Amino acid sequence: MPHMEVDLDTRIPNNVNLKGDKRLLRALEHWQPQFIEWWKEMGPSDFNADSVYLRTAVGVGKGGWAHFDHVKMPDYRWGIFLAEPTDDRKIHFGDHVGDQAWDQVPGEMRNRLRRLIVTQGDTEPASVEQQRLLGHTAPSLYDMRSLFQVNAEEGRHLWAMVYLLHVFFGSDGRDEAEELLARRSGNADKPRILEAFNQPVETWLDFFCFTTFTDRDGKYQLASLAESGFSPLAYSTQFMLTEEAYHMQTGENGIGRIVHRTGELMREGTDPRKVGAIPFDIIQRYINFWASMSMDLFGGEDSTNAAEAFAMGLKGRYRESDGIYKDPKALGQNYKLSVPKNGGMTEQDVPLRRAMNSLLLDAYVADSTRIVNRWNRDLERLDMDVRISLPDKKFHRGQGVYAGYWFNPAGERITEEEWNAHRDDWLPTEADSAYVKTCMISVREPGKFANWISPPHQGTNEQPNDFDYVRFH
Amino acid sequence: MIDFHTHPDRYRHWNLSIDGAVATLTLAIDQDQPFAPGYELKLNSYDLSVDIELQDAIRRLRFEHPEVAVLTATSGIERIFSAGANIPMLASSTHPFKVNFCKFTNETRLQLEDAARTTGITTIAALNGLAAGGGYELAISCDEIYLVDDGNSAVSLPEVPLLGVLPGTGGLTRLVDKRKIRRDLADCFATRAEGVRGKKAKAWGLIDDYWPKSKFADNLSERTTAATIESPPRSDGPGIELGEVLARKTADGFEYDHVGVTIDERVATVTVQTPTQPEPKTPEDFLAAGDSCWAIRAFRELDDAICQLRFCHDEVGLLLLKTRGSIDSVLAVEETLATHKDHWLVREIVALIASVLRRWDLTGRSLFAVIDGGTAFGGLLFELALGCDRIYMLDDPDNPTEVAIGPLSAGSLPMSNGLSRLESRFLRDPDHAARLAAERPRADASEANDLGLVTVLADDLDWDDELRLAKEERASLSPDALTGMEASLRFGGPETCDSKIFGRLSAWQNWIFTRPNATGEQGALVCYGRPETASFDWRRT
Repeated sequence: MPHMEVDLDTRIPNNVNLKGDKRLLRALEHWQPQFIEWWKEMGPSDFNADSVYLRTAVGVGKGGWAHFDHVKMPDYRWGIFLAEPTDDRKIHFGDHVGDQAWDQVPGEMRNRLRRLIVTQGDTEPASVEQQRLLGHTAPSLYDMRSLFQVNAEEGRHLWAMVYLLHVFFGSDGRDEAEELLARRSGNADKPRILEAFNQPVETWLDFFCFTTFTDRDGKYQLASLAESGFSPLAYSTQFMLTEEAYHMQTGENGIGRIVHRTGELMREGTDPRKVGAIPFDIIQRYINFWASMSMDLFGGEDSTNAAEAFAMGLKGRYRESDGIYKDPKALGQNYKLSVPKNGGMTEQDVPLRRAMNSLLLDAYVADSTRIVNRWNRDLERLDMDVRISLPDKKFHRGQGVYAGYWFNPAGERITEEEWNAHRDDWLPTEADSAYVKTCMISVREPGKFANWISPPHQGTNEQPNDFDYVRFH
Repeated sequence: MIDFHTHPDRYRHWNLSIDGAVATLTLAIDQDQPFAPGYELKLNSYDLSVDIELQDAIRRLRFEHPEVAVLTATSGIERIFSAGANIPMLASSTHPFKVNFCKFTNETRLQLEDAARTTGITTIAALNGLAAGGGYELAISCDEIYLVDDGNSAVSLPEVPLLGVLPGTGGLTRLVDKRKIRRDLADCFATRAEGVRGKKAKAWGLIDDYWPKSKFADNLSERTTAATIESPPRSDGPGIELGEVLARKTADGFEYDHVGVTIDERVATVTVQTPTQPEPKTPEDFLAAGDSCWAIRAFRELDDAICQLRFCHDEVGLLLLKTRGSIDSVLAVEETLATHKDHWLVREIVALIASVLRRWDLTGRSLFAVIDGGTAFGGLLFELALGCDRIYMLDDPDNPTEVAIGPLSAGSLPMSNGLSRLESRFLRDPDHAARLAAERPRADASEANDLGLVTVLADDLDWDDELRLAKEERASLSPDALTGMEASLRFGGPETCDSKIFGRLSAWQNWIFTRPNATGEQGALVCYGRPETASFDWRRT
């Protein structure tokens, strides 16, 4: 690894010494206009001329990635930043445990690694596409800024993956980098790779659910790649994680503020529907939908692909490097997986390596449960009896061992008839969607918020709530 | 016993629908209905039960639906055409089962190609999702391949990089021999587990075209309609229905109406009975008789018997072929077939017989024809004898024997190498083969011997002992060496795509299947899906 000096003077800010690699610089400079073109077409394009108070990464050290300024989004300095390299990095899991970590891609892993990177990379522009019209219905300038911050950083995450594709994967990698800009979320002919990234994000309730649950999948995927024996991928994803935390925070606070607002209204005896706020049952259904879609992103609970990625040292367990697992090879152990059998369920022993997706999903579920509990503590403080819940991991799954079977949100196996009878209690209906859309009104006066969401406890970068986060041209 | 017979009403994995001249076979494998318990048929991965249905569907299209001009194979499962043969099934199977499974699936693919060649049906693989391994091998058996272009769907042969074995259903051979893919590109393709998607797949010749999802159905229907005009249906129909052919168990084997099998430890005797009823004389008679005529019935029975012996009696190493009945009756049937061979139904009957004869040729057991008294080795049945490794003939004036060459032996019943059995037998003297085919001699024992049609001629004094010695000697030899030796000797002369597929399957794949690098404790096939990673013995031959 070359020393990580930050270069902000080139067209592509970076700390990977782009200047010193003319071939790579040329390749990325060729890709950059395509990216800008994509952003102008598929990003939040109606706001290109407005100045947004954005955080831009100018370095990877403490504080270096949190430099705030008003910028026009197309001028945002998308760049390439890798976390500071660690000296003498060793592979710490899988079959190669103890070996020197790789600075180059081992030949036999090239295709698999490329697939991992492409799949991760594909989600970044996808979410920008999904969210491109939300700016028009932002409930406040504060939230509009958050949305654009998330969008810009997803764009940067795409850059991070594209950098890896260009440097380490030859012409295949360059082709894939172009494909990342050619696919379109929700387009039947050119869909994004993963299903959750083809779902429309039409309202801010969807957006906050997405950033809470879908971006949290991103966190866990990135975290498992941050353990990778392939150091450039590890450094890249480690730095992406610092930004991802903000996205999840946006979601968690967003839902929290909606829950709080609805709770407030109900405590004072106001029917939320009468005043353009969102009833709890609708919030719960949206959570059910997005949480279950996001759990699908973890892949099969019993997966040979996951086993191989672990064995090869490409994808580790969550916080693997913290030494919290007994056996870094994960051999000779089983994972107890509950699987549908006949009319009921049965426990199946799955070799631990094949259950890597399950382990990651369990960590995700535990994390998500903590978030839901926070919302419930607020409801408790408001003296409300209602509680939000996270659907069980078996509920409404389209991937993995539970797909094709019917479960209620508590995770109990039910019949198809029962499912049909209750589907509208558990998942958003057309009427829900129509109602939530009526709530989505644009609020652009600094310090004002739409009636369905509470103001945040504090502004961004310690600015007051009535700060002009977005300056319209 | 295995039930090789099924019916579209009972299919669990395929759906056969017919709309005018277009038949569509839709693969939606029921993962909970595998051939044997112990694995799930995930992602449209197939096992023997799936292929039995496919073979049934192809045969039925040929006999029951002459109005069909185009066959489209597609998937009923989102995003996946087929993931190929089921790997847990392969990994847990015995070596003989693996080999016979591969052989059977290869034969089914060849029947698909034969349907295109002989019957004139245009076969189209409509890949509406990933086609991996055997999934792509099924596609490449079709005349045309169209792949959905959704950014995800690919064609692939991942066996080498993922499983440490070869694509087992003719994939590699068809790449270079049938689709004539450049060898270096084929090399890249076969080592790239994730496969190749639309644009590149077309550029490399792996598919004929790729279409976006929204246009896939329309473009496909446009193509199938055009194909029905390019190669119109054989007949307006109706066809004839194929009934069941079921074996009945006997004390020492199993039997059908015209075929019987007796098993004595490692030797099985297969006896074919010539027609006993009046047989059809015209195409109209054949249409009226349906599947009950001898030519269809006897060979379907023999086909089933061969499959039963292959799959259920792997300890049987030597098959003795005998016939009973009248040489005239079998020659009469053949004469009718030869006279009307341009009628669609007669052409199908001859094609069926030819495919059963090839299955006989390709059976990995020693095959001896035993021409003893009262036998009926004429025409079609003498073809069976010509398919054997040796022909023993009794020379006894009190118990005369004769053989006869029929009109179809002149090239209507080709072997996998494209030659007739006479041509294959007399590679050294092609004129002799041509003369025999043209003159169609009917010969007694010594004449047959003079014509080179007999391996061992024995008089009544020596006959029993000769046979006993032959059996005992054969039984003492290594079964593996015999399998290899017989396969090497049976298919002299030129190679075809078909013969190469079986040759390479028997040689390379079977070798790889038994090597520790595939099936040892640390072998790639064994380790696939397990937590352990394969480790190889790196020495190359």
